[in-house]
Amino acid sequence: MARSKELVPHIGRLSRSKLAAKRGLYKGLKKSGKPTVDTPPETVEKTIGGDKNGGKRLVPTSKAPRFYPAEDVSQPKKSRKTPKPTQLRGSITPGTVLILLAGRFRGKRVVFLKQLDSGLLLVTGPFKINGVPLRRVNQAYVIATSTHIDISKVNLDGKFNDKYFAKTDSKGVVSAEAEFFEEGKPKAKAALPESKTADQKAVDDAIIVSVKKTSNLAKYLAASWGLSKGQFPHQLVF
Amino acid sequence: MQESNFKRFVEVGRVVLLKSGPSAGQIAVIAEIIDHNRAIIDGPTTSVPRQAFPYKHLTLTPHKLTKLPRGAGSGVIKKQLEKEATVAKWEGSKWAMKRAALEQRRKLNDFGRFEVQLLKKQRRDLVRKALAKKV
Repeated sequence: MARSKELVPHIGRLSRSKLAAKRGLYKGLKKSGKPTVDTPPETVEKTIGGDKNGGKRLVPTSKAPRFYPAEDVSQPKKSRKTPKPTQLRGSITPGTVLILLAGRFRGKRVVFLKQLDSGLLLVTGPFKINGVPLRRVNQAYVIATSTHIDISKVNLDGKFNDKYFAKTDSKGVVSAEAEFFEEGKPKAKAALPESKTADQKAVDDAIIVSVKKTSNLAKYLAASWGLSKGQFPHQLVF
Repeated sequence: MQESNFKRFVEVGRVVLLKSGPSAGQIAVIAEIIDHNRAIIDGPTTSVPRQAFPYKHLTLTPHKLTKLPRGAGSGVIKKQLEKEATVAKWEGSKWAMKRAALEQRRKLNDFGRFEVQLLKKQRRDLVRKALAKKV
């Protein structure tokens, strides 16, 4: 047994009673409660027409291959590992002001709303204050500050999930001619759907109400963060 | 003979500021001089335990207990510190106040630093305007 590592061949490190205690036998023997899997029947009975040879036959449901592989191909081992759900850093709670460190909004201070299933953080500027929209960020590229904003009034229903932020499929094929003449011109941007603008506004309005309760907090969110000479992030309190 | 220019000496009763160790930043009193490297210090009112302490890791302050005998125990030192109000004198000094201010500034969080920046801006603005009026 794996629990009783062998001292020498056939002699385990643990005595029989110790091993029993380790296996938890006082709780009773484990019963393997494997669910019974419904296996489809291997053969099916079929009636076959024909004067002389008609009747019933057992026909296999899946046909055997006509050829066998000449060489044995080893099957890759199936991985039984499953990724663990991302753990949220303890300093990040809903309403925490975060400092973004990477991406096009680096240096901006944003408000954390919730963690999505993918482990990414849902944040918003608010857009009206500092131009950062509802956005997903990785917590590795974020500094959590000790400043909190009350976001209990914000309605974050199931609408905001990873699918909400997924890219939409690009539109149908543009004709080759149109594509040729468009070369060099800046690409036309697809307008943001109005529903997303409305969502942004709905979320931000509730946040801005609580931001305004503290003086200078709106200014703080609007300002971007940076290090000046002689400042080192590991020595700062956030 | 010319008198020395030095004002602070390593002597019994000298109040010292500790620069390292678990009680770094606290003040204590020299109770006894061991040798040219260490002294016995004691800070019964500043929670510094009686211990041998190297001069390398302490700074002499201008404060002093005037009547402390050599090798006085914690009780005597405590009594004299309270009688001469040495800790209060130290805390009222520019040096200690600057240290306290610096520590407070270091403890500020990101939002606090931002507010300080805003206040500094306001002060700068006032000063400049006042100066422009005068000249």
